[in-house]
Amino acid sequence: MAEEVENKPKIQIRDLCKVFKSRDREVVALKDINLDIAENEFLTVVGPSGCGKSTLLNIIAGLFPPTSGMITLDGREIKGIGRERGVVFQQYALFPWLTVIKNVCFALEMRGFSKEDAEKEAIKYLDMVNLVEFKDHYPKELSGGMKQRVAIARAYAAEPEILLMDEPFGALDAQTRTQLQVELLNTWEKEQKTCFFITHDVEEAILLGQRCIIMGTHPGRIKRIVDIDIPYPRGPEVRLTPEFNELKNLLWSEVYTEFLENRK
Amino acid sequence: MEITNFTRAFDEKAGLFLVILPFPTKAGDKSSHFFCGNIYNMLFHIKRSVENQLKKVWSYMGMEKKKKSEKVKIPSWVWLLISFAAALVVWTILSIIPATSRSFPNIIVTIQQIPVMIERGVLFTDIASSLISVICGYLIGFAIALPVAILMAWYLPVRNILQPWIVFIRNIPPLAYVPLIVIAAGVGRKPQIIVIAIATFLTMCITIFQGILNIDNTLIYAARILGASDKDIFVRVLAPASLPFILTAVRLGAATALTTLIAAESTGAMAGLGMRIRSLNSNYDTKPMLLYIIIIGIIGLVVEKLIIMAERKLTAWQETRKV
Repeated sequence: MAEEVENKPKIQIRDLCKVFKSRDREVVALKDINLDIAENEFLTVVGPSGCGKSTLLNIIAGLFPPTSGMITLDGREIKGIGRERGVVFQQYALFPWLTVIKNVCFALEMRGFSKEDAEKEAIKYLDMVNLVEFKDHYPKELSGGMKQRVAIARAYAAEPEILLMDEPFGALDAQTRTQLQVELLNTWEKEQKTCFFITHDVEEAILLGQRCIIMGTHPGRIKRIVDIDIPYPRGPEVRLTPEFNELKNLLWSEVYTEFLENRK
Repeated sequence: MEITNFTRAFDEKAGLFLVILPFPTKAGDKSSHFFCGNIYNMLFHIKRSVENQLKKVWSYMGMEKKKKSEKVKIPSWVWLLISFAAALVVWTILSIIPATSRSFPNIIVTIQQIPVMIERGVLFTDIASSLISVICGYLIGFAIALPVAILMAWYLPVRNILQPWIVFIRNIPPLAYVPLIVIAAGVGRKPQIIVIAIATFLTMCITIFQGILNIDNTLIYAARILGASDKDIFVRVLAPASLPFILTAVRLGAATALTTLIAAESTGAMAGLGMRIRSLNSNYDTKPMLLYIIIIGIIGLVVEKLIIMAERKLTAWQETRKV
């Protein structure tokens, strides 16, 4: 881990605050967030609902601006949306009027591919998520897991430098989720990409991430960062090891105490 | 295998016609010789198809106890026939009851009015005149509604100024402002088209506008994150995403155009379905009046069916709610 810290961070977040103003009150969604994300790092984020983890992701994605503080990518300040930051949404956000392959082509055509070239190139990304045979289906004909695979393929097709994922597997059943976790890990090990992965599932955070951020509420802040020293390649059997259980207890108690404090 | 599937699908749709199709419905050890001309086998299949069809016919008529697992679905065209027959029954009852018999002449008398009105030389000119006004007014209404709805959804000032106007005018019955239009536009075809254009514009504009507002924001975000420009978003996301609402508007607009017909043709029209109903009303001539009312209804039904067919084709990708 020590060598990695010496690397220049891919993303630097400095003194980031976000305040939402409604008519009669202000809600501090994020307060003094400071975070470095290394190149090709897989970072997971856990925290009780309302801790601002989605807000943080949306600000990194550029969907809305921070109230104060700043985020830099390779030393340049982030302003607005950029293709170098891809997002996978929990609700898939596939275009329902486009077939699976056309959804992937959308990303490629935005990169400047011609229609024909995009079709050829898209197969590569569909192959990555094992969906080539479903290329001419419409999203409504797919299961939730398949939709999310298409969304991941589409995000990859945009060739982002960093992939932001907002509880992508949250709406899936346990078996499908495990399968997609393993697939995502394999893809990440092959294609090496910086990943910022939000989840409410502590086990998922440990299985996937190199580091896990635990966030707290009122105001939304980083409570603790835990290194996950389990060697890759990881598979679902990692769950059975003592290290995994130790980490699980640690993360779970942190999140749960936060949840209890929150209730007072 | 594909042939078998085809016959099965065909089986449900075409009923008894199946028996003339020489395809096996199930592959058995004997049916492998089927195409070699095994006449007994063929006869066996024909017999079984007939039996299957008869079973269905029995179960339609409720003469066979239905098992819960294999409830036979009545096809929609059968329902349509049942509905039509029931309507005729209600009509006949209305024509017998003394209180309503003057308003509802019986079916035969009403149908006999068709040659009468043709002889008077008005039926076809009335239909043609109304259709011209409806189509022109409707197209103009749509041509204005679409861009205005988009502007209202896109620019807040436009929305804030126009929305109250539309709600205000929409609640006024068109018959009320017809005189104003006649004073401004004179008599003839022009005021008719204007009245229909206004009424259809209001309905369609509000429907399209609400639809565009309901488009899932995440789709727009997703497109932007993938690098889409404003133009890309408009052409490749907003346009297809609002297509279902536009088609709904097209359907509602068509209905509005027809329901505004009487008001539109009270502008001193020389012919037209609405105008004729009003003029027949002055001497309580209910037989042709009922005929004309039914004609308007039929036009509406046909237009609605056509639009629904187009909708199914154009927006087949939509998640459909199961009722």
